[in-house]
Amino acid sequence: MSNLAKAFDHGKAFIPFFTCGDPDLATTAACVRAAVENGADLVELGIPFSDPTAEGPVIQEASLRALKGGATTDRIFDLVRDLRRDVKVPMVFMTYANVVFSYGAERFISTCARVGIDGLILPDIPFEEKEEFLPLCRQYGVTLVSLVAPTSANRIAMIAREAEGFIYIVSSLGVTGTRSEITTDLRSIVREIRATSSVPCAVGFGISTPEQGRAMAAVSDGAIVGSAIVRIIAQYGTEAPAKVGAYVREMKNAVIGN
Amino acid sequence: MTNPRGRFGSHGGQYIPETLMNAVIELEEAYNRYREDPEFQRELTDLLNNYAGRPSRLYYAAKMTRDLGGAKIYLKREDLNHTGAHKINNVLGQALLAKKMGKTRLIAETGAGQHGVATATAAALMDMECVIFMGEEDTRRQALNVYRMRLLGAQVIPVTTGTATLKDAVNACMREWTSRIDDTHYCLGSVMGPHPFPTMVRDFQAVISREIRDQMQELEGRLPDAVLACVGGGSNAIGSFYHFIDQPSVRLIGCEAAGRGIDTFETAATVNVGRPGIFHGMKSYFCQDEFGQIAPVYSISAGLDYPGIGPEHAWLHDIGRAEYVPVTDDEAVDAFEYLARTEGIIPAIESAHAVAYARKLAPQMAKDQLMVVTVSGRGDKDCAAIARYRGEDLHE
Repeated sequence: MSNLAKAFDHGKAFIPFFTCGDPDLATTAACVRAAVENGADLVELGIPFSDPTAEGPVIQEASLRALKGGATTDRIFDLVRDLRRDVKVPMVFMTYANVVFSYGAERFISTCARVGIDGLILPDIPFEEKEEFLPLCRQYGVTLVSLVAPTSANRIAMIAREAEGFIYIVSSLGVTGTRSEITTDLRSIVREIRATSSVPCAVGFGISTPEQGRAMAAVSDGAIVGSAIVRIIAQYGTEAPAKVGAYVREMKNAVIGN
Repeated sequence: MTNPRGRFGSHGGQYIPETLMNAVIELEEAYNRYREDPEFQRELTDLLNNYAGRPSRLYYAAKMTRDLGGAKIYLKREDLNHTGAHKINNVLGQALLAKKMGKTRLIAETGAGQHGVATATAAALMDMECVIFMGEEDTRRQALNVYRMRLLGAQVIPVTTGTATLKDAVNACMREWTSRIDDTHYCLGSVMGPHPFPTMVRDFQAVISREIRDQMQELEGRLPDAVLACVGGGSNAIGSFYHFIDQPSVRLIGCEAAGRGIDTFETAATVNVGRPGIFHGMKSYFCQDEFGQIAPVYSISAGLDYPGIGPEHAWLHDIGRAEYVPVTDDEAVDAFEYLARTEGIIPAIESAHAVAYARKLAPQMAKDQLMVVTVSGRGDKDCAAIARYRGEDLHE
């Protein structure tokens, strides 16, 4: 059973995302620890990619800052090794197919397993292309997370049937980034997933406020927040960890219904 | 030739967000339906012939042949098409298909601006809304084409992210398509991106090699010995090669933009300096660093300034069926001036890369051998930039 399921053992999950290396890897480490101390149930670590086509401006800019600052795949593996000395919650990488492919898929996925990465979220690997990495992920016990989008329609059952760990529900059309409202009928998407799968579902894209977090978690098993956190880090830089901790606390309270 | 789901050997595929999967599946189904539909084919042929001006000429370049002293050189004159390049072949096909699918809006990336102009043209003709994404750097290099697109009724959005060139325009288009799918068709301009684009765009461009084959048969009674075309994403090249792939006697040569040279970082010669990767929806060769970050590429030619190559070219390279040779900025600019003076034809700086290699290769071939060079576009758009390259203070 995937380690990722543990993230959903404590009520509705709150899942923060960090662009590794923005503004530097030490700040990323401090922010992750602050998030975990304040109730993060699962941590999504973004390995920056030069051309993140699924991201909105906030994460695009953070990715470029991180790459300019010298964040590389190898240094990010070192970051995870350091975090794993005390961080117990599941951690996943969110990155793009070429980062994995170019490193050598087996070298990348086996290193993930060794340093303590529990799963991979690859937005440019749809169901049809998952064989690219799935056999190696299974071999090394790293979960390849499936995504479901508002446009998935007749594809939901097919995706859900083979999903492991948790299902990442993309809340809205378009790229990542905060939105003033989310209009997708998430309830019916979750209902359709539930008809074929019992893996937890978490909603991401566009969530920034406690109200949105509460609403998204109410129809699913958790909320994923990226751009709002990345924006806090962009604003406060090396002073961000305390701010991130306070934000995560507020969001975790919201998703569990307090 | 292609496996299911658009594989060319190990290349190709559909590496795109889940949000777009139903859109590409719907596109593939529509394409498969209409490619067999005589009415669609009749409409498309009518547009290609009576609107775009096909068939394009296969012109015997007698002076160039005499001057180089080797192979007999023919120029495939895609520069004479309406809008001045081969791009219109693909755009008319995709716009007609999009219209049949009920789409009312076309979006497209453009590098040199030729694909943007062609898309804006088709949108005007077919009463569709049109938005073109163009790297800000390219809007400066190709200011005249920006005006042409606006004149045709398109909105041009300068892309300021990343290197502000063609790859960033593709990124912007993919992001835009993810946010608005229902009424919008992404009119991709080259044989790249996720399946079905590489196959569909190739089929729409294959008219080039079909005509070369027939025209050569009529003029010389046989197939050519070599076909040369420039390669960025590779649509005019695959169009020029396609009907000869199964004819091993025909050498197929793609001319890549080497920029300041393949031993420098300022190059866009993907097959020569890249390695396998997954980007922009496809597996193929890409210019990238050791961690898979896509490299900033450089060429004087905005249309070849792309860090990847279409997956079918990657496969033709793997199996040794086509050769991909690097051509530098200097060589391309020399060829641009050479063709102007020798034949009175000003080629696009992109096409000048193929002319440059022809100048090297023709003298090594026998006088009874036949070479075809595809002049993929006209060079009016490049005159100011080339003048500046030569140190003249000329601005549009």
